[in-house]
Amino acid sequence: MLTLHHITKTFGAHKPTEIKVLDDLNLIIPENQFVMLVGANGSGKSTLQNLIAGSLHPDKGDILLAGKSLVDLPDYRRSKWIARVFQDPLQGTAPDLSILDNFRLAALRGEPKRLKRGINRAFRERVQAHLSLLGMQLEDKMHQPMGQLSGGQRQALTLLMAVMNDVKLLLLDEPTAALDPRSALKVMDVANNLVHTYKLTALCITHNMREALSYGDRLIQLAHGQVKRDLTGVNKEQLKPQDLYEWFNDD
Amino acid sequence: MDFYLAAIIQGLCLAPLGLGIYITMKIFNFPDITTDGSYTLGAVICAIGLSHQLPLLWLLPIIFIGGALAGICTALIHTQLKINALLAGILVMTALYSVNLALLGRSNIPLLGYFNLFAYVFTENTLLNTLLITGIITGGLVFLLGYLLRTDFGIAMRATGNNERMVRSLGVNTSKMKWMGLALTNALVAFSGSLVAQFQGFTDINMGIGIVISGLGSVMIAETIIRLVATDRVMVNLFFVVLGILLFQLVLAFTLSLGIDATLLKLLTSCFVLFIVALPNSSWFRALKR
Repeated sequence: MLTLHHITKTFGAHKPTEIKVLDDLNLIIPENQFVMLVGANGSGKSTLQNLIAGSLHPDKGDILLAGKSLVDLPDYRRSKWIARVFQDPLQGTAPDLSILDNFRLAALRGEPKRLKRGINRAFRERVQAHLSLLGMQLEDKMHQPMGQLSGGQRQALTLLMAVMNDVKLLLLDEPTAALDPRSALKVMDVANNLVHTYKLTALCITHNMREALSYGDRLIQLAHGQVKRDLTGVNKEQLKPQDLYEWFNDD
Repeated sequence: MDFYLAAIIQGLCLAPLGLGIYITMKIFNFPDITTDGSYTLGAVICAIGLSHQLPLLWLLPIIFIGGALAGICTALIHTQLKINALLAGILVMTALYSVNLALLGRSNIPLLGYFNLFAYVFTENTLLNTLLITGIITGGLVFLLGYLLRTDFGIAMRATGNNERMVRSLGVNTSKMKWMGLALTNALVAFSGSLVAQFQGFTDINMGIGIVISGLGSVMIAETIIRLVATDRVMVNLFFVVLGILLFQLVLAFTLSLGIDATLLKLLTSCFVLFIVALPNSSWFRALKR
């Protein structure tokens, strides 16, 4: 369970340009819930994810994952439980390293990287098994540098890398925004499958109304640094794209 | 012939420096110019150790530690005090000049007649013997570094230079990675300085000035070869770096042997490095690659 308690975050405090991005935000996300997060630009969606992941620190408030407070941990310590997929497919993987090397790092998420060769036959077979889940014929390309793959492939691999180790929370920041419609569909399907297969809690930012409606068990709209709307179950299922556009018009 | 052999030995003495610069620049993506200082530091520690008849078994670790400390200083200034990497390097390099001078006591110490690394005899021919020793050292280093870079630690290190944000999101403390990496590379650089001092038979306070440029030039040559061959095997790349250093030294030797005025040497070095750097962008090179 992810709990956000009275989170406040201000950028440029005590300056004329001061912006209160998050204003006493409270949110509880139970385990195994797939949450879609929408909101206008500047509503605090990415800031929220950065606070959870630890790239930013809140001015006030507490963030708890499975009852454990995260706020005093640096980002690289939180990554044991939290995996991220960024909007830019280039950011989630190391382009000059091979697919295998990238997966090795992912497999050691939050664990010490020792002075021994971790890539052996058993590991290669494990990666191969993971890759075959994608159906992208990448099983034979494990030694290729990540940079030679398409954006969609890289994004799908970043997702797959997230489940190499048991993470609890998956943060997706517009994972399909840079992809063509077909790749976007593929990546969202991969995300959906992984979230359910590995029983992850996921928080996915999107600007794509169709995605917001067709994926996830819960839909949250952020506005002015607070939760404005929060729909689950039937309420979410009955939503139509038109309703969503109106949400944004109210803003 | 001996002239070119000496150039090759000089190149092999500089191999640890080239490998160090390659790792910081290309793998670590950190422009580290502590090099000028840590290179001299290695030679200075070597001079003090040899003149006090310190056994090599003791002296070599001290040289490595000295270089490593210099690298750690630069890394900590950069990561903890958030100072630009280049400036951090310049600060440590400048400080090291005084440190080196204080340690050395004067600007130049001759090292002839002391028992050093090259005093182990495998063959009677002195130059050939030195070539053998430097060759073994370089081979060992390439093998060790090649292994290191393919371990889990090495993958994390390579990824740190490639995509820092991703590596942090996978739980790597990149600050720690940086100081460990710079410690390693500056230890290599210091070792290189000590090898050159032993080979040329003296330590000079100014011997490190501009050494980072020769190192960079060599790495550029290596990069050109790597791009031409289009390999991404870590060990092969390290081997090409050594080849780059040797080529660089041979070109310098060749230029000198043409009887060119020594004042023009630096100009020619620059032109040569420029030629090598520009080569991969030329249409001729691209045609060759196809």
